[in-house]
Amino acid sequence: MKHVLLALSLLPALVLAIEGDYSLTIRNHQFVPDQLVVPAGKKIKLVISNADSTPEEFESYTLNREKVIPGNSKASVYLGPLKPGKYEFIGEFHEATARGVIEAQ
Amino acid sequence: MLGSALIVFRETLEAALLIGILAAASRGLSGRNLWLSIGIAIGLAGALVVAGLTGYIAEMAEGTGQELFNAAVLGAAVVMLGWHNIWMARHGRQMAAQAKSVGLEVQSGRREMSALAALIALAVLREGSETVLFLYGLAMDDRSGALSMLSGGMFGLLGGIAVGSMLYAGLVRIPVRHFFTVTGALILFLAAGMAAQMARFLVQGDVIQFLNAPLWDTSSVLPMDSFLGNLLHLFAGYDARPSGIQLLFYTLTLGAILFGMSRNRAPSLRTT
Repeated sequence: MKHVLLALSLLPALVLAIEGDYSLTIRNHQFVPDQLVVPAGKKIKLVISNADSTPEEFESYTLNREKVIPGNSKASVYLGPLKPGKYEFIGEFHEATARGVIEAQ
Repeated sequence: MLGSALIVFRETLEAALLIGILAAASRGLSGRNLWLSIGIAIGLAGALVVAGLTGYIAEMAEGTGQELFNAAVLGAAVVMLGWHNIWMARHGRQMAAQAKSVGLEVQSGRREMSALAALIALAVLREGSETVLFLYGLAMDDRSGALSMLSGGMFGLLGGIAVGSMLYAGLVRIPVRHFFTVTGALILFLAAGMAAQMARFLVQGDVIQFLNAPLWDTSSVLPMDSFLGNLLHLFAGYDARPSGIQLLFYTLTLGAILFGMSRNRAPSLRTT
């Protein structure tokens, strides 16, 4: 019983290992917001909603991530743990307008 | 128009290079063109299906279905590339000896060729589905200029095919003596690079939760979006910020295939 309680008391710590979700929306081939501040040194879950009817590819060389998000749907990407700094990302299918920066602090 | 041509070109390139290398590596096997065509056709059909199901796949596994799907396709491709190379270690010299004659007997070639067709189908399916989605998005966009963007996409596709063909043409000019060494090395690094990509998708989808921090950063020396960086990424899996797990997948794949190749090197050839 003691062990179960111990395990249970550890649960919140485990859940906290992933910081809360961060979200971005793609609208008119732009990221809203186009700047996002996240904590450094922690894994985060980024939820990207695509409000356009056309698909978009979230891509970042600095974050080492790429993911296609179909029109009118959402998808998640796990990031980090990141070192402090700025990480640029683009929507590859509309590179001219879809740009943003994630800043890890 | 140039923008869409570039995007489609980039998406097509990986599959085109793989087809170029495999087509060269399987020359001399009878019925090769038929099998390659079957692989491409199945891949294209699959790409359409996957593109149609993207919304569904994306929302599976709490929004990480796409990562799992990509990782599974890459994993299957790595296994088949590895198996191909090990098979080649046994049969390569025999094929080199026969390359100028009628070609290897159908018997031993058929299983290998159907595996090659499956491999090509997987590559076309993965890269093709993203291209289909992109072009579909363009066609859906009611802003004017969709047509010019679409024709740009077609140019990009043709560009990818042209580069794949050029690679093929270059490879088949390599003297028979060195030919299978070169294609074998290309496939070896291609497989290792794909394994590293697979690891990256598994980290991105939170399936692998360790060794996921970048080990080093060479992006200031050789950025991923530079020509050379891109080329090395395509051929050898270069990554400017590889995570530990990517490196592990890369080296394990490299080691496993090399081990299999050395175990299978046909010893009897010396006496014949």
